[in-house]
Amino acid sequence: MGFSYFPQTEGDIREMLERIGADSLDGLYSDVPEEFMFRGEFDLPEAMTEMEIRRRFLEMAGRNRSLTVFCGCGAYDHYSPAVIPALISRAEFQTAYTPYQAEVSQGTLRYIFEYQSMITMLTGLDCSNASMYDGATAAAEAVMMALACTKKKSRVLLSGTLLPQVIRVVETYARWHGISLDIIESEDGCTSAEDMKRKLGQGDVAGVLVPTVNRYGIIEDLSGYSEAVHGCKALLITYSDPSSLAVLKTPGEWGADIACGDCQSLGLPLSFGGPYAGYLACRREYVRKLPGRIVGETVDMDGKRSYVLTLQAREQHIRREKATSNICSNQSLMALYVTIYLSLLGREGLREVNELSFGGAHYLYDSLIATGLFEPVFDKPFLKEFVLKTSLPVEELQRRLNDAGFFAALATEEGYVSFCVTEKRTREEIDALVACVRVCGELLTNAKD
Amino acid sequence: MAKTIEGLYYSETHEWVKVEGNEALIGITDYAQHALGNIVYVDMPDEDDQVTKDEDFGAVESVKAASDLISPLTGVVVARNEVLEDESGLLNSDPYGNWIIRVKMDDPSELDSMMDAAAYEAFCARA
Amino acid sequence: MKSYDKLIFEISKPGRRGCSLPKNTWKASVSSLPASLLRSAPASLPEVSEPDVVRHYTCLSGMNFGVDNGFYPLGSCTMKYNPKINEEAASLPGFAQIHPLQPESAVQGCLQVYHELGKALSAITGMAEFTFSPFAGAHGELTGLMVIRRWHTERNDFRRTKIIVPDSAHGTNPASAAVCGLQVVQVKSTPAGLIDVEDLKPLLDDTVAGIMMTNPNTLGLFETEIREIASLVHGCGGLLYYDGANMNPLLGKVRPGDMGFDVMHLNLHKTFSTPHGGGGPGAGPVGVTEALAEYLPEPRVKMDADGTYHIAGCAHSAGRVSGFMGNFSVLVKALAYIWTLGRENMKLAGPLATLNANYVKESLKDVYRLPVDRVCKHEFVFDGLADGSTDVTALDIAKRLLDYGFHAPTIYFPLLFHQSIMIEPTETESKETLDAFIDVMRRIAAEALSDPQMVKTAPHDTPVRRPDETLAATKPVLAYVPVAGGHAGDSVA
Repeated sequence: MGFSYFPQTEGDIREMLERIGADSLDGLYSDVPEEFMFRGEFDLPEAMTEMEIRRRFLEMAGRNRSLTVFCGCGAYDHYSPAVIPALISRAEFQTAYTPYQAEVSQGTLRYIFEYQSMITMLTGLDCSNASMYDGATAAAEAVMMALACTKKKSRVLLSGTLLPQVIRVVETYARWHGISLDIIESEDGCTSAEDMKRKLGQGDVAGVLVPTVNRYGIIEDLSGYSEAVHGCKALLITYSDPSSLAVLKTPGEWGADIACGDCQSLGLPLSFGGPYAGYLACRREYVRKLPGRIVGETVDMDGKRSYVLTLQAREQHIRREKATSNICSNQSLMALYVTIYLSLLGREGLREVNELSFGGAHYLYDSLIATGLFEPVFDKPFLKEFVLKTSLPVEELQRRLNDAGFFAALATEEGYVSFCVTEKRTREEIDALVACVRVCGELLTNAKD
Repeated sequence: MAKTIEGLYYSETHEWVKVEGNEALIGITDYAQHALGNIVYVDMPDEDDQVTKDEDFGAVESVKAASDLISPLTGVVVARNEVLEDESGLLNSDPYGNWIIRVKMDDPSELDSMMDAAAYEAFCARA
Repeated sequence: MKSYDKLIFEISKPGRRGCSLPKNTWKASVSSLPASLLRSAPASLPEVSEPDVVRHYTCLSGMNFGVDNGFYPLGSCTMKYNPKINEEAASLPGFAQIHPLQPESAVQGCLQVYHELGKALSAITGMAEFTFSPFAGAHGELTGLMVIRRWHTERNDFRRTKIIVPDSAHGTNPASAAVCGLQVVQVKSTPAGLIDVEDLKPLLDDTVAGIMMTNPNTLGLFETEIREIASLVHGCGGLLYYDGANMNPLLGKVRPGDMGFDVMHLNLHKTFSTPHGGGGPGAGPVGVTEALAEYLPEPRVKMDADGTYHIAGCAHSAGRVSGFMGNFSVLVKALAYIWTLGRENMKLAGPLATLNANYVKESLKDVYRLPVDRVCKHEFVFDGLADGSTDVTALDIAKRLLDYGFHAPTIYFPLLFHQSIMIEPTETESKETLDAFIDVMRRIAAEALSDPQMVKTAPHDTPVRRPDETLAATKPVLAYVPVAGGHAGDSVA
């Protein structure tokens, strides 16, 4: 005995077994058929001390390579202020459960209310939940929600310019949920409005999901979309990087009914893909179909302002198979990251983040074109991310850039290379990347000749 | 003891029906509102929606429970009680005075399988 | 702290800022974009200084209660201690700063975490392979059901659209089944709180995709007929799904793979000690038998002969359920926990949790009504007070516990009883803590008789008291809307 997470001493165990009337710890499993009792040795290492754990994990982390990130594709290397980890690690936040007992959970409930408020401010919509795992699953929930809001329809249109992983996840959910999906063709790097109207015309459409900034980094012009979609009694769903909404036209302004996306760009560590948090917001008339946890304001028995989980009759623990979703999480701690990030950055800071990213991305774009090794693909406005064509062997280029400490020129499904610049990238870093690209270009071009 | 009203038809899923010509008003019984507690929201179909006997046409929600509304009749919704959108609590305070939907009946003989007040009271007593 | 009542928006003042950013020396500006692509007015985000932010959220943390604050006997939630070394490991820059699309050669350490955790969980559960894409328990259920459906449809068996779920199941089971397009068929419990095998038999035919089981179930009781249930369900061509929400008491003692389960999920935030974070993030890895490994969602991590790792697909994949590769940093924490326990302490985790639950049950069953009186596993359910002469409810008891500095148990679940009080003390609670809780529970039972009104108006000593949930749901105020001259909420009703 004597393990640091288990407080019971041998004496405690004896006394407790006596109270229970069992002769041994094994006796507490008298209801389990003997054939199911595991009597072997686990294929696990022996218990490690904290010192060993620290050493082993440092070693594993050391097998990763920390690269200067010049790629996005759904995960962005934005700066996360030091205040965030300091506050996030407070045990009162970190070790609490879902705030069912409102009296001892006002901290969690309040920041979730603030989070919901900030999401409505960014999206220009009325209501937000606090529940989604990531952007891709939030998109899947948005699609199922559109079906629930427009009764008796079975089709959803998906823009082919959405991030590939978002399309894959929505396809998976749709397949098992029984939704028939149609991909809207892209035209010159943007969702084809013509193709969307044609597919809307075929009828039975519950919703149309389009990105505001797409997989090529292009800012899409959604003029006329809401009219076309609403004309067919369908819902317009937009997918947006929420950071970009500090400057770009909001889902609300585009006439969207539901907005979704990934909050990773709002202060969450890259952390190899998770945990992130998705957001899901909607117009007020659809709030009863919004899945997941929602916090509302009320008063307590003394008339004091209080916050509670509300509209719970939508949820799985009450409605079971008729719930709006099976979702149970509230991604609470990730919502706290976002709330603290947006509080620190504020109205002006988030605008500046976009300005800096935009300025740096356009500088990199121009510098790469100037090398003569790349050509533009689309002549469309972009924010912080863009794709180019190159005649260089892409994998080899990327490998050499990795060796030089850069994560850049990510190959896309279409054979383009993708770049991204955030406010973290300095002019020196960008110049160094471009110089490295030039060297690679010479080597690879010579090798080809 | 939950209240009933003479002259209404009752279902086993605790809806009541009041017939007016070839139309029917549908609401929930006193027993149902009592079981649910404070009603906070009523999910109602739209005008011109079809309702089908024994299928759900909406739901009533309280803070910690929700119950589907099961239509005792087949027909078309000619009106929904808009007052309930803001004042769902009326279903608690006066369940028989507040209908939820008005339906144009396809087949009034469907009423034959419903209970009268006495039968419904006996049904609730057994539950 | 108790009187703090601000929202971040209410301490905002134009001109303040809470961060520093580099000077902008770039030529290009967002303002060069067409106006039709720009938002018309700035988002009304708060404008606050850095100390404002730190103090505000520190004050909010003071209104919370976590496992580090005190005993948290919340049934079915496994609120065990969250070790601090796990947090340190997960936040190492070598993990936290890695982009999910970096090439395999640059993420060997991350991939090793997947491989090692997969190996460890297979050893603990007896399953052949795990996917780490699912983000949470409910997400694991959904993923597992997709695997089951894929398995049937790949064999050209399209009739299996029903899933059997016990009436005692967590609400996520039927909800996950519905999201997966399956029709839920409920099987009843016996008066002894177990699945009614006689009620199950007539439900089994060639339209059944499988059964979802929690074992021990939500009453904390081991499903003793599991062998027969497994053979019946397999006999009709269905598969067995194990809801790992209640895995904790079996940790180190019983393996779902040995009991005949084909697919299962684990809640790393319950059984494997990763913090709940106020309700997320978690992780819900799904394990399957050898026969089902190729039906898992993509991607998966494989080790080559030379010890390097790569990302691979699955031949009959059920699809893709997460944007990247699940909640990576949660996986790091779970692996640190498993390695800290090691093979010797892993065997004690389940038994010690079971010991604690039975100790509390036996110490209170004379004053609280125990509907099923037998040995329990990690948790048990009381159905209100033994003396029902007052109208003190489960809710009242839960609220009164808050006054005494304990978190409340889960109440009104499972739905099998009217006054369910579901208590789960985990293995990380000392006998002294349990004795103090027992003492308070007995005191509340006495108060219910001597001063019921006081119990019915509890809590008396918390930042707020019984917020009006009816008001919140009838006139929903879900976002702060800035209004000149002070606070105002916007009702969306």
